Amino acid sequence: MNRATKILLPLGVAAIALVAWHCGVRLLRSDLFPTPLDVVRGIVELAQAGLLLKYIVASLFRVTWGFGLAVLIGVPLGLVLGWYSRFYAALNPLLQILRPISPIAWIPLAILWFGVTDAAPIFLIFLASVFPITVASCAAVHNMQPVYVRAARNFGLGTVALFRQVIFRACLPQILTGLRIALGIAWLVVVAAEMIAVNSGLGYLIIDARNAGKRYDLVVAGMVLIGLIGLGLDYLVRQLEKFDEVRWGYASNSR
Amino acid sequence: MSDSVISLRDVWMTFPGKRPGEQIHVLESVNADIARGEFVCIVGPSGCGKSTLLNIVGGFLTQTRGEVIVENAPVTGPDRRRIFVFQENGVFPWLTVADNIGFGLRDLPADQKAATVAHYTEMVGLSGFEKSYPCELSGGMRQRVEIARALAANPDIIYMDEPFGALDFITRLKMRADLVRIWQTEKKTILFVTHDIEEAVQLADRVLVMSRRPATIQENIVIDLPRPRDLDSRGYLEARDRIFKVMGMSLKIGATAGTTASANP
Repeated sequence: MNRATKILLPLGVAAIALVAWHCGVRLLRSDLFPTPLDVVRGIVELAQAGLLLKYIVASLFRVTWGFGLAVLIGVPLGLVLGWYSRFYAALNPLLQILRPISPIAWIPLAILWFGVTDAAPIFLIFLASVFPITVASCAAVHNMQPVYVRAARNFGLGTVALFRQVIFRACLPQILTGLRIALGIAWLVVVAAEMIAVNSGLGYLIIDARNAGKRYDLVVAGMVLIGLIGLGLDYLVRQLEKFDEVRWGYASNSR
Repeated sequence: MSDSVISLRDVWMTFPGKRPGEQIHVLESVNADIARGEFVCIVGPSGCGKSTLLNIVGGFLTQTRGEVIVENAPVTGPDRRRIFVFQENGVFPWLTVADNIGFGLRDLPADQKAATVAHYTEMVGLSGFEKSYPCELSGGMRQRVEIARALAANPDIIYMDEPFGALDFITRLKMRADLVRIWQTEKKTILFVTHDIEEAVQLADRVLVMSRRPATIQENIVIDLPRPRDLDSRGYLEARDRIFKVMGMSLKIGATAGTTASANP
């Protein structure tokens, strides 16, 4: 497949979907459901009111903090869990019980502990991403080729140097894959959290547009923005996979 | 022997089997002495425990019984003065060729480190690839990186566990020639494990032939041939045939007319 086809094909499908959407709304004569053009007008209206940037920044701010904290705690925790089998035996059952609890289920507790502040959604995003990050880092250590550790011990590395220079580096490609999945989940959760726990952000935009005047054009505008930003975040993490330090870990990228 | 660097005294190794209570005897009373500067090859049939033996000497495994003395002290773990070159290539894929070769030099000042790295990069023929990553190199080049990394750390002993096993025939021949050349200039003690009899005879001062499991050292063959070795010379062929014979193998492929006749009268 050449470059032009690769770009034109999905654009064509998107164009057809937009036309179908437009015609569908017109044919059904819906008063509430917006056409694509209504949605674009909605986005412009938000931008003029100064809300567009404010809400996007609010959502990204929460994701940055929640996800960042999850990386800072999840990666070292996962590496240590993967390396020390006693620690793993002790902690893994608890992790496996906490992991399947949807972050949404934590919303009442988050509001109880943090009230209607930024801390509540940040806490929820942290919970949503810390488990997949920990599990991915831990699995990376388990899958690591033992020869790297043997070579490092042969050169006399101590425990701290072993973690920093060898275990972390050997696991980084798999950790990055885990971060990508976790960031996707974090972005799903910020929207849900903002619908309940705060009064700004893209999730708040959606629920507020519906509650205050059934503005479905703004509801769909919020959804479109969430989709586009989610795509952008995934693209950014994918760029990290191209660095020389991790490129070796992905079969498709190796020469 | 007082001048031996490595000394194995009645070394036994037993692994627990899959079934409870089952024991797999891998090594049985291995005795050997290796002198300073000697190039010794250990050959044996696959799965006989020669890699296990090398891992015990290297400090990565602990023997069930017996004594392993290296440099006048019992082995308690891996040591920076004795570097292991691994069968499965232990070069770090996240570091460049130069950073890999310099891995064991973290205590040196930067300028000395750079000079040492440059010296060994050139010795193994990788000049121009300093900034490349291992995934961009061929298998033979990756193995050169690992050998250079071992040499750069300036160890007294190098342990090599079938380091050329994964390479193609031509590359293997070239790597052997290079290794002998490097050994002649560096004067390290090398203990080299291989299942390839020809390889052992091409490289070693002395070949230790191991038996099947439970393995012990069956024969100690001194290869007193000048280097570079002529692979057609009588001495080379005699040494090779002797090892084949000790390992109980025929040099002829296929059944003879006589055995065919007796099987189908």
